[in-house]
Amino acid sequence: MAIDVEEVATGASPNSARVIHVTVNGVTHRSKVDARLLLVHYLRERLRLTGTHIGCDTAHCGACTVLVDGIPAKSCNLLAVMVDGRSVQTVEGLEAGGKLHPVQEGFTKEHGLQCGYCTPGMMMASVALLAKNPNPTEDEIRRGISGNLCRCTGYVNIVKAIQYAGKKMQEAPKGGA
Amino acid sequence: MYPPSFDYYAPTSVDEAVRLLDQHQGEAKVLAGGQSLIGMLKLRLAQPGALIDINRIPDLSYVREDATFLRIGAMTRINELHASDAVKARYGVLFDATAEIADPTVRNWGTVGGNAVHGDPGNDLPACFLALDAEYQAQGPKGSRTIAARKFYTDSFTNVLAPNEIVTEIHVPKAAAGSGSAYSKMERKVGDFATAAVAVTVTLAANGSVAKAGIGLTNVGPTALYAAQASDALVGKTGTATDLGTVGDLAAKAASPVADNRGPVDFKQDMIRVWTRRTVTRAIARAKGGS
Ligand SMILES: Cc1cc2nc3c(=O)[nH]c(=O)nc-3n(C[C@H](O)[C@H](O)[C@H](O)COP(=O)(O)OP(=O)(O)OC[C@H]3O[C@@H](n4cnc5c(N)ncnc54)[C@H](O)[C@@H]3O)c2cc1C
Ligand code: FES
Ligand code: FES
Repeated sequence: MAIDVEEVATGASPNSARVIHVTVNGVTHRSKVDARLLLVHYLRERLRLTGTHIGCDTAHCGACTVLVDGIPAKSCNLLAVMVDGRSVQTVEGLEAGGKLHPVQEGFTKEHGLQCGYCTPGMMMASVALLAKNPNPTEDEIRRGISGNLCRCTGYVNIVKAIQYAGKKMQEAPKGGA
Repeated sequence: MYPPSFDYYAPTSVDEAVRLLDQHQGEAKVLAGGQSLIGMLKLRLAQPGALIDINRIPDLSYVREDATFLRIGAMTRINELHASDAVKARYGVLFDATAEIADPTVRNWGTVGGNAVHGDPGNDLPACFLALDAEYQAQGPKGSRTIAARKFYTDSFTNVLAPNEIVTEIHVPKAAAGSGSAYSKMERKVGDFATAAVAVTVTLAANGSVAKAGIGLTNVGPTALYAAQASDALVGKTGTATDLGTVGDLAAKAASPVADNRGPVDFKQDMIRVWTRRTVTRAIARAKGGS
């Protein structure tokens, strides 16, 4: 377990901070956090996992999307204390053993990104979408990622990237990536 | 943006949560899905001294239909309500609305209770619960009471709950035979609040005319609105073009929208007129067994 205890603001009430246990990409962290700390700031600034982006900071764009117990959430709109005891997956947790996740591979092969700003959130939403629906139609993909905005690609290649990943994941032998 | 500092409590029972609210005497706020509240904290539209996080109270998340009610636990996530078979089969208005609130990611955390009580006139579920004649069950230090949705909303972000009360369950009267309902939302894009939206419920008599009706309106007044005159006018009707014209006009009259970047007043009123007609038609079709 990684222990990460940081001082909280002096003079603050003892109830305004709390020790949380969060499993991020398989590693359990024990951290003392201000209750007001947003999950996205916890991930980026405390754990230095800067793959999760902040776009709008108002829960609209989806750049900050991570999986909480496998379900997509906008990490700019949750408090770190709300995920105490839960498991979080970020874009850094997709690659395994030096091998890209099929969704990452799809975004590369199908040019599913241009500037890349939306990409981490877009990929996390895609991973959850494919886990629920391994063979989505274009319409289901577009609805599934409707909480994620992309200002560059026009979405066409993102749809293709997700279709690529879906196929790849179905072809993969059981147990393999 | 950073929320201001607050004391944080994560009780594991409703009693404990109510006690904490009571101790803080109006200085504390309930934290449900956080999808509205956290944004308000960041913008300093809310600065409570304490947050009582009710996400860790077990047994507040369920959708159950019994002989009298569809019972919805307050912490049921909006997406969970949408996934309920009972809702899909018999409560079309809720099925429609839960597909159009915010976006799918926000709906994973946003709760039915939070959406119902928050009091933003743009929230979609209040109009549905007004049309359905639902009740909210609230628990306070002295016990539990039920409040009719139609008596709940007093102004924007203001309702009849006491600061030490928590909504625990929503009771929707069980769908009668021959009933149908629908919700239509005009939105500029996914994730936007309604420009205007209409919730309609009907129960048909054996002869096919409307025996009971409820019409609720979203984002065209300081709160969600129950269009009583329009609802009453629909009773006894069959949904002819003349009937729809009358009901649409009365619904538009009940609306008191303000002009903003979603459109001017006349436009919004006209959208209520047109969408009421269409939604009544869909609700009647569903009551007759259509989808
Ligand atoms: C980008 C975005 C777009 C959105 N678009 C829409 C939309 O189109 N339509 C729509 O309807 N909503 C929309 N919302 C709001 C969203 O649906 C919220 O989740 C919902 O309104 C509030 O639910 P919550 O569980 O997140 O409540 P919270 O944010 O946790 O709480 C909201 C308020 O209700 C109080 N409260 C919550 N639960 C209870 C309870 N059980 N008892 C007493 N008080 C309680 C809280 O104290 C707080 O004051 C949007 C949100 C975002 C971020
Ligand atoms: S940064 Fe969280 S949704 Fe845009
Ligand atoms: S690739 Fe630039 S925002 Fe999507």
